[in-house]
Amino acid sequence: MMLSMLAEAWSAMGANRLRTFLTMLGMVIGVAAVVAMLAVGQGAQTMVNQTIASMGSNLFIVLSGGSASGGLRMGSGSVPTLTLLDADAIGELPGVAAVAPVQPGNSEVIYGATTWTTQVYGTSPSYLDVREWPLASGEPFTDYDMRSASRVALLGGTVSNYLFGDDDPVGKTIRIRNSPYLVIGVLARKGQSLDGRDQDDTILVPVTTAQRKLFGSQFVGTVRFMMVQASSGDVMDRVERDITELLRARHRLNVDAENDFTVRNLTTVANAAAATTKVMSLMLGAIASVSLLVGGIGIMNIMLVSVTERTREIGIRMAIGARRRDILMQFLLEAIIISVIGCCVGVALGVGGAFLAERMAQTTVAITSGSIVLAFAVAAAVGVFFGLYPARKAAYLKPIDALRYQ
Amino acid sequence: MANTVVRIEHLQKSYLTEAGEFPVLHDVNLVIEPGEFVAIMGPSGSGKSTFMNILGCLDQPTSGKYFLDGADTGRLSSDQLAGLRNRTIGFVFQGFNLLPRARLTENVALPLVYAGVARSERSARAVALLERIGLAGHVQSFPNQISGGQQQRVAIARALATRPRLLLADEPTGNLDTHTGAEIMDLFTQLNRDEGITVVLVTHDQEIAAYARRLVRFRDGIVEHDGPVVAERTEAHA
Repeated sequence: MMLSMLAEAWSAMGANRLRTFLTMLGMVIGVAAVVAMLAVGQGAQTMVNQTIASMGSNLFIVLSGGSASGGLRMGSGSVPTLTLLDADAIGELPGVAAVAPVQPGNSEVIYGATTWTTQVYGTSPSYLDVREWPLASGEPFTDYDMRSASRVALLGGTVSNYLFGDDDPVGKTIRIRNSPYLVIGVLARKGQSLDGRDQDDTILVPVTTAQRKLFGSQFVGTVRFMMVQASSGDVMDRVERDITELLRARHRLNVDAENDFTVRNLTTVANAAAATTKVMSLMLGAIASVSLLVGGIGIMNIMLVSVTERTREIGIRMAIGARRRDILMQFLLEAIIISVIGCCVGVALGVGGAFLAERMAQTTVAITSGSIVLAFAVAAAVGVFFGLYPARKAAYLKPIDALRYQ
Repeated sequence: MANTVVRIEHLQKSYLTEAGEFPVLHDVNLVIEPGEFVAIMGPSGSGKSTFMNILGCLDQPTSGKYFLDGADTGRLSSDQLAGLRNRTIGFVFQGFNLLPRARLTENVALPLVYAGVARSERSARAVALLERIGLAGHVQSFPNQISGGQQQRVAIARALATRPRLLLADEPTGNLDTHTGAEIMDLFTQLNRDEGITVVLVTHDQEIAAYARRLVRFRDGIVEHDGPVVAERTEAHA
């Protein structure tokens, strides 16, 4: 039964090839647009999400110095008000998973005949936890290294690559500001940050080493900023309040005095970026869906013409025993075949178009099986939705009216 | 004994037009028993075609009862009516009404598709029917490749595909020349006599009506005359 109905639909479509082809074309373009746009949108989203994930999750950054709003006031981080003891105290707060104090600086790094200028972070072992940053090889530095301010270093992927090429730097000695540092590990690659900097172009040393031996600090024991990781996204607000209160108490600030530090929630920034790309990707999808809708209306239009043209045929079929659902299925099947074939071609074109866009525009595209399944489902739904009205119109004709139709 | 094929009681049919209700059939009563061969005659506008469409379950009466094979058609759903058109009735039209895009076998097998008969049996039955009406050599032809008389034979084969009890024919020879018409009428006679299929046909041609055994004459929406054909013939000759 089903097979002969399929054959029937096929021959009816074959009887008017150009018209069938043009109707299908509307569907093809719609589906191709949806698939390609979703691929581009999701590619952008994937890229942003990867970048965000590379930053670490549930992060605060606490900068020394007040927020820059007054005339002569120095900017954040320019007045050293945070100390390692502050960091330890924050680490004791409930809801705080890890704290990493950071004393940054720039320096020339030399290995053999190669020189490279990079950013050197003095920090604690917990920095790797906060940034969710595994090592590619070697060992992280230890609390012992912290206490003794050892001259040990972890290299970022880019630095390792420039100084050592493909060799393993672990166990080699590099020179930072003319002092020898033992390379004890190499960081895994993280790629670009949200603002486009190369996160792998960095060297980590113990914060005590940075303070006492490398850069010094204006006041003993101070750091420029610290990174704080909350134990979960839910406690972020509370942790932010607690940090502020704790630091105000520790810095003995009066009630009316302004903060001499700044707490920034990095998750908010990241979420904003993620939300922006999501909206963009939704918009692309929405615009493409319009063409799919137009394709669907094309199907409905042609099916209505087809029903009118074949009214007499419908009458004959009814006279020899076709039930309403037989007629309904006949026309619905035609609409679905058109939309599904159109969809297959459209998916192929859309995937091709997306890869072409990747080549030409140097963007990342992500074609997920989900978006293809979605396109199929939508196309079948469009076929059913826009085919149903003409098919019902045909099925509910009175046999005698259909037969008399000239 | 088998059911009375057709029982019609106080049947009325009127159409709604802009001018108001326009009656076509008034109070028609008719009983047709199995194996009868009935010719329905009457001038244009007498309501005979409307009556035929109601008999074929293509149209429904405004009031009155129509029992087909014992079933009250007024109480049946559209699917059940479709089932009757499929299995109980075979309809032959003046204009043949074959599907132009379908081969002859496909045309003949179409009622079997709706009857849910398996593909292999469908084509076997269709080929057998085409052989029986003398078109064995045209199984793969399309309707426009054969003559009008042959097309009407195919239409009859299609009407017979589900082995119906009642064969209805609306001016079956209207589009054919006399000779071909006679061949078609012989086929009807043969089906009626040899297989006991009840045949009802509408015609305005005395010669054609003469093949039947019973004549029902319509005028202005009522049955004006109902009797054996022989009497009619005698009258015509007198």
